[in-house]
Amino acid sequence: MSERILEVGNLTVDIPVGNGMLHAVQGVSFHVDKGETLCIVGESGCGKSLTSLAIMDLLPSKAIRNANTLELDGEDILNVPERRMSDIRGNTMGMIFQEPMTSLNPAFTIGNQMVEILKRHRNVSNAEARDRAIYLLEKVGITAAASRLSQYPHQLSGGLRQRVMIAMTLMCGPDLIIADEPTTALDVTIQAQILLLLAELQREFEMGLILITHDLGVVARIADRVAVMYAGEVVEEGTANQVFNRPTHPYTQGLLECIPIPGKTERGKPLGSIPGIVPSLVGRFEACHFADRCPFAMDSCTDGNIALRPANEAGHAYRCLLSPEQCAANAKTKGVA
Amino acid sequence: MTETVIRATDVTRTFMISAGAFRGKKPLRAVNGINLEVERGEVLALVGESGCGKTTLAKMLLGLLPPTSGTIELTGQPVNSIHRLEMAKLVQPVFQDPYSSLNPRKSIGSIITLPLRVQNDPNPETWRKRAEEIMELVGLPSRLFNNYPNQLSGGQRQRVAIARALINRPEVVICDEPTSALDVSVQSQILNLLQDLRKELNLTYVVISHNLAVVEHIATRVAVMYLGRIVEQTETATLFDAPEHPYTEALLKSVLTPDPSLGIPDTQLGAAYPNPVNPPSGCTFHPRCAKVMGQCSEIAPTPTKRPHGHVECHLYDDTAKPERAAS
Ligand SMILES: Nc1ncnc2c1ncn2[C@@H]1O[C@H](COP(=O)(O)OP(=O)(O)OP(=O)(O)O)[C@@H](O)[C@H]1O
Ligand SMILES: Nc1ncnc2c1ncn2[C@@H]1O[C@H](COP(=O)(O)OP(=O)(O)OP(=O)(O)O)[C@@H](O)[C@H]1O
Ligand SMILES: [Mg+2]
Ligand SMILES: [Mg+2]
Repeated sequence: MSERILEVGNLTVDIPVGNGMLHAVQGVSFHVDKGETLCIVGESGCGKSLTSLAIMDLLPSKAIRNANTLELDGEDILNVPERRMSDIRGNTMGMIFQEPMTSLNPAFTIGNQMVEILKRHRNVSNAEARDRAIYLLEKVGITAAASRLSQYPHQLSGGLRQRVMIAMTLMCGPDLIIADEPTTALDVTIQAQILLLLAELQREFEMGLILITHDLGVVARIADRVAVMYAGEVVEEGTANQVFNRPTHPYTQGLLECIPIPGKTERGKPLGSIPGIVPSLVGRFEACHFADRCPFAMDSCTDGNIALRPANEAGHAYRCLLSPEQCAANAKTKGVA
Repeated sequence: MTETVIRATDVTRTFMISAGAFRGKKPLRAVNGINLEVERGEVLALVGESGCGKTTLAKMLLGLLPPTSGTIELTGQPVNSIHRLEMAKLVQPVFQDPYSSLNPRKSIGSIITLPLRVQNDPNPETWRKRAEEIMELVGLPSRLFNNYPNQLSGGQRQRVAIARALINRPEVVICDEPTSALDVSVQSQILNLLQDLRKELNLTYVVISHNLAVVEHIATRVAVMYLGRIVEQTETATLFDAPEHPYTEALLKSVLTPDPSLGIPDTQLGAAYPNPVNPPSGCTFHPRCAKVMGQCSEIAPTPTKRPHGHVECHLYDDTAKPERAAS
C-alpha cells in the first residue's frame, strides 16, 4: 500500500508585475508517494521553480499562492503559521537548489552550517551533530570528510558543493526532497553519481523525491512519473515509460525531437528546435498555451482553455484537443515514438 | 592558413589552501602543466570531472586570474601585457552561473550594453537597437529590456549573459557551461546561433560543458581534463568513435540517453574523486582506472602523440608492452 507524502491540488502562483498580473503557475496538481520520484520537466520559465517554492512556502513576498489542497504527510501546509512552516522546512521537507550557493552561506564553514541545521530542529549536542555531518558527507562520497568541515563553500568546486547540499538536506532525515536542477552544473560522471546517490538515499530512507530538470536523459533514467510543464500548466503526465515511449502532447513530442541522441543523431547535423518563444504569462488568455508554436494547431485551439484529459492508458493524461490516436500518429511521423 | 589564437605553454595555477587546524597551508594544483593551442575558428571543448580545473583554466585564458607559472598568449601577445580594454574586445566570457554573473541592480538592457559603455563605444544612439538585435538573436523578447535579472527565469538569464558577451563581437568566446541552464528546445537554437556567429565572424570558442551530446555537436576538438591535466586531446569524431584514455571511456559511458528502460549507469569510477591537495602518486587516475597496470602508481605518464592529438596514459607509452601498443 503506497503512502501519500505530498498532495498538491490546483496550485496557482500569481505575481503582480508592472503591467498586470503574471500567472506563473496555473492550476497544477500532482502527488508524490513514499519512495517515489516525480520529475517535473519543461521549458525555461514555465513555473517549475515557483511550483517548488510554493510548496516550501518560500515564494518571493509579493507572490500570491492559492491551492485547493496542499498536504504533507496528511497535514495541511497551506494554512499554517510561519513558525510551524519553518519547523517543517529543512526538517520534514528539504530542498536542493539549482545553484548550491543560494543555500550555502559563504560566511560560515560547511561544518558550522551542517551542525546548525540539525541543532535548529533537534535537541542534540555539537559533537553528535558533527558526527552526523561527517557520516553524511561520507555517504555522499566526499573524501576526507572531517577536514572538509572547516572549509568554506567557495573553496569547493561545483560538484562538491552540490554533494554538501545533499548531505545538508539529509541532516534531519526528511520525508520529501525537492531537488531543483541538482545536477545541471555538473559534468556527466558526477551527474550520474549524484543521481545514483539520490536514488539510493531515497530508497534507503524511503523519501519522496521531486526532481526538477530540463534534461530528458535524466528524467528517463530516474523518474517513476513525469509531469511535463509548459507556460504554467502541466501539459502531459504519466509514467516515464508512457511519456517517453508514447509522447502524446505536441510539446512533449517537440522536446524529444530537440535532443541529440548519441549514436542516433547524426554528428554535426543541426538539432531540431521548437520555433518561437514561450507566451507572456501576464494577463489571462483562454487558449491552448502552446498553440502559437504547435505544428498541429487548429482554429479551435484558441477558443478556450484546454482541459487535461486521459490518454489511452491509466495514469497517462495530456492537455490537447487532438485524440490520443491522432497524437500517436503524429509521434510516428515525427519519429519520436 | 591556420592561425593560433590561443596558446598556453606549461600553465599551472596553484591555490594555497588550509589543510586543517594547525597543519598550515598546502598547495592545491588546480591546473598542473597544461599545453594548449587553439586555431582561429576552432571550437575547443574542455570536459572533465567537477574540480579538474576547467574554470580555473578558463579564467586564466580570460586574464582574470594570473597563472602561477607558464605563459598564455592570445593572438600572439602574452595575456599579461594586454591592456584591460583590449582584452575585453579580444575575449569574452559566458559563465556557468547565470545568477552571480548578472548584476541584480542593473536592468537587462544596461547589462547587455555594458560592454559598449566600458569600451566608450562612439555611437550610443545605436546601443538600444544593437541590444535588441542581439536579444532577438538569443531568443529574448525585447520587452524584457527594462526588466531586472530577478524577474527572469534561469534560462532567460543565461541568454542575457550570451547577449552581453556577443554584443562587442569578440574574437574568442569562452563559454563555461553555456547551455546547461537552458531548456533543450532553446539549447539547440543557441548552439545553432553560436555556430552561425562563429562562421560569420570567424569566432574561436572554448566551450566547457558536461553535456557530451552538446560537445559532440559543437566542438571541433576536445580536451579531456583530469586533476589539472589534459589527459587526452583529439578531434571530436576520433574522441567519440575511439576514446583512448580509460577516463574518457568512463566519461562516454555516463552519457544519459533518454531511454526509460535503462537505469542510471554506474561509471565504475567509484565516488572517490581524489583529494586535489593530496593527489595520488604516479598517474593521478590510477586508483579509479579499470585498466591500471604496475607502473601506473609509480610513474606519471607523459603525453604520447596520437594521429589526431595526444593521450597521457601508460597504455600508449612507446615503451609499453608491444601487444598493448599494437591494440
Ligand atoms: N520574482 C519574480 N518576479 C516576477 N516574475 C517572476 C519572478 N520569479 C519568477 N518569475 C517569472 O515566473 C515565471 C516562472 O518562473 P520559474 O522560475 O518558476 O521558471 P522555471 O520553470 O523554474 O524556469 P527555469 O527552467 O529557467 O529555471 C517566469 O516567467 C519568470 O520570469
Ligand atoms: N579560490 C580558490 N581557492 C582555493 N581553491 C580553489 C579556488 N578556486 C578553485 N579552487 C580549487 O581548484 C580546483 C579546480 O577548480 P575549478 O573551479 O577550476 O574546477 P572545474 O573543473 O571548473 O569544476 P566544476 O565542473 O565543478 O565547475 C578545485 O579543487 C577547487 O576546489
Ligand atoms: Mg527554475
Ligand atoms: Mg567550473
